[in-house]
Amino acid sequence: MYAAPVQKLIDELGRLPGVGPKSAQRLAFHLLVVPKEEAERLARAITEMKERVAFCSRCFNVSEAPECEFCTDTRRDPQVICVVEEPHDVVAIEKTREFRGRYHVLQGAISPIEGIGPDQLKVRELVARLEPEEITEVILCTNPNIEGEATAMYLGRLLKPLGVKVTRIASGLPVGGDLDYADELTLGRALEGRREVEAP
Amino acid sequence: MATYRDRGIVLRSFDLGEADRIITFMTEGRGKVRAVAKGVRRTKSRFGGRLEGVRRTKSRFGGRLEVTNHVELTLYEGRSLDTITQADLLEHFRPVRENLDRLARVMPLLEVVDAVTFEGRSDPRLYHMLLGAIRALAEADAPLIVPAFFWKLLAHEGMRPEVACCASCGREDDLVAFELTEGGVLCRRCRRGTRLSPEALALLRRILGGQLVSVLGEGPSTAGHEVEHLATTALEHLLERRLRAAGALGGTQ
Ligand SMILES: [Zn+2]
Ligand SMILES: [Zn+2]
Repeated sequence: MYAAPVQKLIDELGRLPGVGPKSAQRLAFHLLVVPKEEAERLARAITEMKERVAFCSRCFNVSEAPECEFCTDTRRDPQVICVVEEPHDVVAIEKTREFRGRYHVLQGAISPIEGIGPDQLKVRELVARLEPEEITEVILCTNPNIEGEATAMYLGRLLKPLGVKVTRIASGLPVGGDLDYADELTLGRALEGRREVEAP
Repeated sequence: MATYRDRGIVLRSFDLGEADRIITFMTEGRGKVRAVAKGVRRTKSRFGGRLEGVRRTKSRFGGRLEVTNHVELTLYEGRSLDTITQADLLEHFRPVRENLDRLARVMPLLEVVDAVTFEGRSDPRLYHMLLGAIRALAEADAPLIVPAFFWKLLAHEGMRPEVACCASCGREDDLVAFELTEGGVLCRRCRRGTRLSPEALALLRRILGGQLVSVLGEGPSTAGHEVEHLATTALEHLLERRLRAAGALGGTQ
């Protein structure tokens, strides 16, 4: 229907989440008319991101290096790990300036109804860090919704018998919200007021 | 636009865009309803320009629209999707939410109710069945609730199996197998399908024979596993798809 290269771009754009065939067409024709430099800048940004940014091999946060800035920062407490669902939760917690330990990004939360269990998350990788890194405390900082709570309960049950202190952020956060949307003050207080998870 | 009220149980919720969520309910009056909750994920709101930077923690529906909650709703009808304008919490089922075992058991119930229902088809009996099951779980843990609910649901959907005698020849003893497409349990001569232990047969009879309360008071058992496996297979056959929730947390028993 269109010249082959245009059709190819439409097909690729159409595979992105939330982009239907109509939008893919619109974007492709937009890129067809913009100055060459502008289109190249976009192409370069994508390639560069894919080449330079991946996940930290230790905590699974996004990182330019094999290990992220938090895992390699020697001024941070190496024995306390804050467990979060997504990389943007790390950003939210960093903004509070309340936490000086390290992170572990699960890359999701347990959601039985979606068929997402612990095996689909970076849980095994978390357990594998405890001994070699001599972790003394794991703070469960998953979202205050049903998936986040289920994840925290599961991790509590899994980690407690391993002899590590397991805490959960205080429930000052409004139930049903995203950690990402909680303001710094609320999140900071929730971290400060964290409580030890009871033995299951 | 028309506004209506109903009460329902939150079956699932999906994020939509930046701050909204699509919630699926099993309601008393209208059966399954999918509706949008606007602004539900924002826990902060900014005041006008002069007070920029001052934030207050505020979520429009608080935690009221969380999965498993029982809520009283006001909605207005939209062309494709209704919008929730008000939600009042009727029951929170905290003991279910705060216990991993019970949470693992409630999820398959929500999943199958979502799977067997259609929007626009009222089914108050199923709503009450689900509500009853969640209330039972909130009161006490019940390892057999998933198989019991699955079988009750199959019976409700018109797939009540024959458990008194061989579904093929009518023989009343030596019942050793189960095959739903044959109509239920089968004797040694007619046997097909899945092997059935005497304990599982007894449990199945009690579940379908009005002894649910005593069944729910029991601990996990191999018969329970057997009966759950049979029910899951039958439901997956009915739905023509795999059920996911039961396996996600490593089984429900
Ligand atoms: Zn890292
Ligand atoms: Zn027979």
